[in-house]
Amino acid sequence: MTVNVYFEDVQVGDELPGWSRTTDYMHWNRYAAVNDEFVPFHMDDEAGRRAGNEKGGFGMGNLRYAYLVNALRDWIGDEAEIREIGCQYRAINQKGDTLTVVGKVVEKGTVGGENQVRLETNVLNQNGEATCPGHAVVVLPSRG
Amino acid sequence: MAQGVDTLVTPELQEQKGKWGGERVSPAIAASDIRKWAIATYWPETPPRVYWDEEYAKATRWGGIIAPNDFNPFAWPVERPRVAMGQGTPRKDGLRLTNMNGGQTDTYGVPMRPGDVITSKTRLSDFNERQGRFGLMLYSFRETEWTNQKGEFVRRRISTSIQY
Repeated sequence: MTVNVYFEDVQVGDELPGWSRTTDYMHWNRYAAVNDEFVPFHMDDEAGRRAGNEKGGFGMGNLRYAYLVNALRDWIGDEAEIREIGCQYRAINQKGDTLTVVGKVVEKGTVGGENQVRLETNVLNQNGEATCPGHAVVVLPSRG
Repeated sequence: MAQGVDTLVTPELQEQKGKWGGERVSPAIAASDIRKWAIATYWPETPPRVYWDEEYAKATRWGGIIAPNDFNPFAWPVERPRVAMGQGTPRKDGLRLTNMNGGQTDTYGVPMRPGDVITSKTRLSDFNERQGRFGLMLYSFRETEWTNQKGEFVRRRISTSIQY
């Protein structure tokens, strides 16, 4: 049983621990296999260029979303819950990009009996570009 | 790319707006589906034990393995009801569009577990079109709701798709 963080210990302004992956076809092909997401521009450089991306094949938005989920789960531990995640896909995940999930606590409170913490989130690439701005709400256990 | 057309909004699209439909029922979720999903999305690191170690997961509040929130129980259908994203949507007028994922907001209820059967229903909430870097672009907003075999709320997704 893992409780990584209690509601009482979180403060507005706290930041998510860093969570990064350097992605390429090794990651995209595995994700394609489990999500049955065999889209040409995620599998082939020429198809990527035909879709308007000069650098070739590019990563799935859904995989970036998975990284958001994973970064939140690794922070809150097994005993907590992810209640909401929202994000927009603003930039392409190019081959070899290092994606880092970032987040900052912007609000905490009790909603419907739940200890909810709201974060602003994003997925940055190695150039610091925001590829996936959004938000998340997690429900944390109480020390009480 | 939509060039030389005045609108990407079809009568079919207007007809769909607000109507629930597209009900689908997933196969029963297997523990190996969850394990593989977790491995793929955590690659190359090891995923949390709650996703693959039943003995460990029994001691958590969940009492057993749960799936990551983003797990898709509808992957790998035997019958393919729709055109895969990105392959273009053929229309009666011959226009072939590229589909892009514009983002989503998900609200989560109970977690998915091995043995769960998920029912999904979808409706087109809204749409609009505007000029973008690929010409005329159509933004569609779909609401999809998942429940499990007990009727419990699992997930609601409001997703944005972009066609051009």
